[in-house]
Amino acid sequence: MSTPRSSSPPLRSPEQLHGDPAVSTDAARRTPAPPAGTYLGMPRFQKNAREQLANEQLRKNLRHATGTIRAKRADRVAEVPEWEELRLAGEAIKNRTLRHLDTYLVQLEESLTRAGATVHWARDAAEANRIVVDLVKAKGVDEVVKVKSMATQEIELNEALEEAGVAAWETDLAELIVQLGHDRPSHILVPAIHRNRSEVREIFLREMKQYGTPAPEDITDDPAELAGAARRHLREKFLRAKVAISGANFAVAETGTLVVVESEGNGRMCLTLPETLISVVGIEKVLPTFADLEVFMQLLPRSSTGERMNPYTSMWTGVTPGDGPQEVHVVLVDNGRTNALADPDGRAALRCIRCSACLNICPVYERVGGHAYGSVYPGPIGAVLNPQLRGIEHEIDQSLPYASSLCGACFEVCPVRIPIPDMLVHLRKQVADHKRGPHVESTAIALAGWVLSDHKHLELAERAAALAARALPHTTHLGPLPWPASPWTRARDLPMPPQESFREWWRKNRGEERR
Amino acid sequence: MNAREEILARVRSALVDVTQPDPVLDVPIDWEYGRPVAMPDVLDRFVEMCEDYKATVVRCGSAEVPGRVAVLLTGAGVRSVVLPARLEPSWRQAVEAAGVAIHDDEPPLSRTELDAIDGVVTAAAVGIAETGTIVLDHASDQGRRALTLVPDTHLVVVRSDQVVPSVPEAVVRLSGAVAEGAALTWISGPSATSDIELSRVEGVHGPRNLLVLLVE
Repeated sequence: MSTPRSSSPPLRSPEQLHGDPAVSTDAARRTPAPPAGTYLGMPRFQKNAREQLANEQLRKNLRHATGTIRAKRADRVAEVPEWEELRLAGEAIKNRTLRHLDTYLVQLEESLTRAGATVHWARDAAEANRIVVDLVKAKGVDEVVKVKSMATQEIELNEALEEAGVAAWETDLAELIVQLGHDRPSHILVPAIHRNRSEVREIFLREMKQYGTPAPEDITDDPAELAGAARRHLREKFLRAKVAISGANFAVAETGTLVVVESEGNGRMCLTLPETLISVVGIEKVLPTFADLEVFMQLLPRSSTGERMNPYTSMWTGVTPGDGPQEVHVVLVDNGRTNALADPDGRAALRCIRCSACLNICPVYERVGGHAYGSVYPGPIGAVLNPQLRGIEHEIDQSLPYASSLCGACFEVCPVRIPIPDMLVHLRKQVADHKRGPHVESTAIALAGWVLSDHKHLELAERAAALAARALPHTTHLGPLPWPASPWTRARDLPMPPQESFREWWRKNRGEERR
Repeated sequence: MNAREEILARVRSALVDVTQPDPVLDVPIDWEYGRPVAMPDVLDRFVEMCEDYKATVVRCGSAEVPGRVAVLLTGAGVRSVVLPARLEPSWRQAVEAAGVAIHDDEPPLSRTELDAIDGVVTAAAVGIAETGTIVLDHASDQGRRALTLVPDTHLVVVRSDQVVPSVPEAVVRLSGAVAEGAALTWISGPSATSDIELSRVEGVHGPRNLLVLLVE
């Protein structure tokens, strides 16, 4: 048994997130140990980013990957003449849902219950984990298979199950690479984007044999061979699993239909073969009607993987007699979502359908990667979502609204038109208000307020500046200045103040004309 | 307060600024649902898009279907198939005549039994031309979901009148089955992944061979 997460030591640096198998193998565990420490203990984004930028391989992998997806997305979006209308419809449907979320949640619960599913509600991550662990324990199993799910990563379900003696196996290829690599995901869609093929080969060779069907000893780093090894490794788990855990991309209130969008077929395996299915769904995932899917089944695949349609989408409505799991549970999770909902200027972040187009387009993400953001939600959407879901008490969440150049590209590609740059500015204000105190910046602003409040004050300040300028007659620019001006002047040159102010010049040269 | 009541109370207090109680009046959605798209070459487009996603597509007239089913299966090296209960009897006879071993799903085959079967032949519910997608609603001519998942080759027979131009038209056609509680599987090409360096690999867990027979 490992120690409770709350007492885990904070991460020293995101370098650890790349995993050091030498220190993280623990014989008592049932699954590979993730890196030590917690996201919330991480230092601020800027410090993490500086360390990530030193990793040349990471930057190369990211540049290649984000560039490739960006181009594919652009091609597929260009094929749809009514793309902007689709975005507007997606935005409106999500707005309607969020502004009447209580109505739709109650309707979803009714529809699911009518269809034979059992609905559970969880206020926070701990409650959601407790519900899932209890359901799994009640089935008397010690392993479950999982469909890639952001919600279960957010609540850190795998570790909760591990602590309860249950092995949770990730079955998405990239999630498997992350799990076997003692690592954390760095991208919403392609969580192992920071790994190249030879790293994947090493991980498979070293780890698969410890947890099931081994990778062939003579395996090369050809992606097709690596995918084949994952197929064999996971097939035995799919064939024996009694319980599966998934998230959902959408949950239709009208019908009680849950939707999982995927590529590999691991999702279908999990959703179809086991006897019991537990789906962990954020309360913002609800859509009013089945017809709304015509909008989102166009927006999501093209924005996400840059495909006209993803290879597989499963839609299921509670229990289907004689087909698939005959015991179906849905856990509706708040975990901070109602905090975001309560801020009318922050609510739009809940429209997110986790496509990751904003990650791929972001010049900041492209250079630093996902680990610096200290969350399962990296990139521009993470920078607005995390401080809202988790609050702005921690250093990492206070720093995230500044993890952007506000270039606006993320809004341009967002399929549900989340105004991420505006929201970043809004959150910066909240962080500034939160930290407000006797700071240099506020003192400087107060001083400027006094200077500009009366022309006599201004003239006094101008005379003082002119005196300073005359004292340094051959200097053209002011470079770095000592504290308290150092944070501002470290990256900026100031022109020298003029030796005479405009007012003085006017009095001297034009003063008589007026009389 | 239990979790349900507390979450709903949190939602309601978060939404105090929303004064219009009717969601439809509060947020209009400027979108025409289910709008038909004019696509004169709908079948050609369907074939092109299916092939773009690495499915094998064969077009034929309805009389030729049984023969084509047999040839496609044996051509793909399939020696055993599972057939859904209400599959067209003439297809079944042709499969049998071609020497392919037939398994029935009555009583339901175990996962391990399914894993030992090479292929599956099914009908379909809807085809979508603009995306190259085939949707199964798992009616009795398609079988339960596991049948079209575990065997490595899936031969699906799509009638031309099942093919619609766009996603919205497909959603309209599928809404009846969903209202009755049917599960849907949307299939666009064989299973694929791009998780390693974004290099596309066809075939991970789902059927690695998708054979489409389009009946005109």
